[in-house]
Amino acid sequence: MRSWKMNRLMTLLISLLITMAASAQDAEMADVMRANGKINVVVAVLATIFIGLIVFLIYLDRRVKKLEKESKG
Amino acid sequence: MKKNWWKFLGAALVFYSVIAGLLNPVPRLDILNESIRNLYFHVPMWFSMIAMLTASFVMSIIYLGNQKKKFDIRATEFTYTGMMLGLFGILTGMIWAQFTWGFFWTNDPKLNGVAIGMLIYAGYYILRQAIEDHEKRARVSAVFNIFAYPIFVVLIFVLPRINDSLHPGNGGNPGFSKYDLDDGMRMVFYPAVLGWILIGTWIATLRTRIKKLELHEELEDE
Repeated sequence: MRSWKMNRLMTLLISLLITMAASAQDAEMADVMRANGKINVVVAVLATIFIGLIVFLIYLDRRVKKLEKESKG
Repeated sequence: MKKNWWKFLGAALVFYSVIAGLLNPVPRLDILNESIRNLYFHVPMWFSMIAMLTASFVMSIIYLGNQKKKFDIRATEFTYTGMMLGLFGILTGMIWAQFTWGFFWTNDPKLNGVAIGMLIYAGYYILRQAIEDHEKRARVSAVFNIFAYPIFVVLIFVLPRINDSLHPGNGGNPGFSKYDLDDGMRMVFYPAVLGWILIGTWIATLRTRIKKLELHEELEDE
C-alpha cells in the first residue's frame, strides 16, 4: 500500500518535471505584462463588462417575468 | 429564485473562465503565443452553438409529433441564439486566424463548411419570414430544421476531418488533447463551455418567453 502511494507520488513529480521542462521553451509570451501586473487591469475591464452584461440579462429576465404575470392576471 | 440556479451557475462559470483564462499559465507555443487563450473564448462559441442547434433539432421533432405551438417557438429561438453564437464564433475565429495563419479567411474546410451551414440556417430564417400561415410555417420550418441539422453536423465535423484542415483534430492534425490542451487548460476550457451553453440557453428561453407574450397580445387584438 505504502509503495503504491510512493509510486503515485513519484509519477506525479516526474510528470510535473516534464511539464515544467516542456514549458521552458522559448516562445514569446506576455511575461512583462504579467510581471508588472498590468494584466490585472485587462482582467478587471473584462470582468466589469461581463458582470454588466449579466446584470442586464437579469434585469431583462425580471421585466419579462413581470409582463408574464400581468398577461396571466 | 430556485428555478434560476442554472443561470447563475452559467454566469459564474463564464466569469471564472474570463479571469482564470487570462491569469492561469498556458503552454508556451510558437506562433500561437498568448493567443492560445482564445481557446477559452472562441471554441466555447461553437460548442454552445452546437448545443443550441441540437436543442432546436429536438424541439422540431417534438413539434412534428404533437403540433404544440410552444415547441415551434422554442425551436426557432434556439436556432436564432445558435446563429448568434455561430456569428461570434466566425468573427472571433477570423481575428484569431489573421494573427496565426496570416489571413482572415483561409480555404480551410471547417471555415467554408461553417459558412455554408450558416447560410442554410439563414435559409431557415427567410423561410419563416416567407410563410404567412402560422401552422404551415411551423410545420415547414420544423421539417427544414430536421434536414438542416444533420447536414450542418456533416459540414463542420465530418468533412473537415476527411480533408486537410488547419484546425486541431482535423485533416491529420492532432486533436486538442495531444498538445494544445493540457490539464491546466482543461480546467478552464470545460467550465467555459458549460457556462456558455447555460448562458445561451438563458438567452434562448428569454426570447421564447418574449415571443409567447407577443403571440398572446396578437391573439387578444384579434
